Amino acid sequence: MQQVANYMYYAGGGGLILIGLYMVMAKTNLVKIILGLSFLDTGTHVLLVAIGYVRGRTAPIFSEGMAETTPVVDPVPQAMVLTAIVIGVGVLGLALALAIQVYRHYGTLDVRNIRGLKW
Amino acid sequence: MRKAVAFMLVVVVGAGFCAVLANIPFGEDKVNVANRYMRNGVRETGAANIVTSVVVAYRGFDTLGEVTVLFIVAVAVGAVLPPGKKPAGEEKEEASLIVRTGSKVLFPFIVLLGAYIFLHGHLTPGGGFQGGAVIASGFLLLYLAWPGQPVGRKAFSAVESLSGLAFVAVGILGIVYGVGFLGNFLPLGARNSLLSAGVIPIIYVAIGLKVGAELAGVVGHLMERE
Repeated sequence: MQQVANYMYYAGGGGLILIGLYMVMAKTNLVKIILGLSFLDTGTHVLLVAIGYVRGRTAPIFSEGMAETTPVVDPVPQAMVLTAIVIGVGVLGLALALAIQVYRHYGTLDVRNIRGLKW
Repeated sequence: MRKAVAFMLVVVVGAGFCAVLANIPFGEDKVNVANRYMRNGVRETGAANIVTSVVVAYRGFDTLGEVTVLFIVAVAVGAVLPPGKKPAGEEKEEASLIVRTGSKVLFPFIVLLGAYIFLHGHLTPGGGFQGGAVIASGFLLLYLAWPGQPVGRKAFSAVESLSGLAFVAVGILGIVYGVGFLGNFLPLGARNSLLSAGVIPIIYVAIGLKVGAELAGVVGHLMERE
């Protein structure tokens, strides 16, 4: 049971990634595929922050009155995720813009009906 | 058929995840680079927030690259969705009185909160990226209240370009002062005060304005269709 609780955050992040992967590959609606990309993105963030966590430590911010030796968690994954979130939003916006153009051009968002996108 | 293939691949990738993650103990101290940042971060960069000192000081060059990615995204969205294109179906609907009044009241406060977040990026949780996203959400509210009115697209690109230039200029000033590109050439100041941590607040203000303008521009492009 303790083992399950230990790896719950890994399971959450990994699960989101797998759900996103399945959505990207199995769905036929472009908007759902883009949603899957967003799931992949979020899962990666959860996983990275979970890996950087160290039990019993606090956030890596030395506010007023905190000793410089206070144990804190790993700040590097947090810094990576911080930028990755904004990049993810930008990529999502670009993907949606492309989906809008696809809809204007083909009149559908179903990838099966878009010529040249079949597999 | 396709779903079966997709499911198989998900199972394979999931098994790979399990195999890898089983070797990474949860909640234990793993890397030394983090310890170095933790022990010396406050002294070396003057920023109370170690995440900020990693983003802006230790990995400042990477952050410049990430800001460039955002810039490319904003340009690409503008190129993919040219403004003033013919509307396709769906009429513009005026938002209700409540939404319009509420957005009028809330907009200044949202921008104020965003500015607070990026000004205090070196002291409290937050920073340029988060503050910029908050400011962009304020503009999203404006777009929702007055659909079809492109609010200051030229101002967005001007703010974006100028703050990007400011970021690079601060970096080059570091070379001029002999501390290397994006190095700190200002006094570190008193710990935990607003005017401390050398160039970090300047860079974060530039990033905040840039991210805010870029995301607001992307939102504007997406809203303008139809």
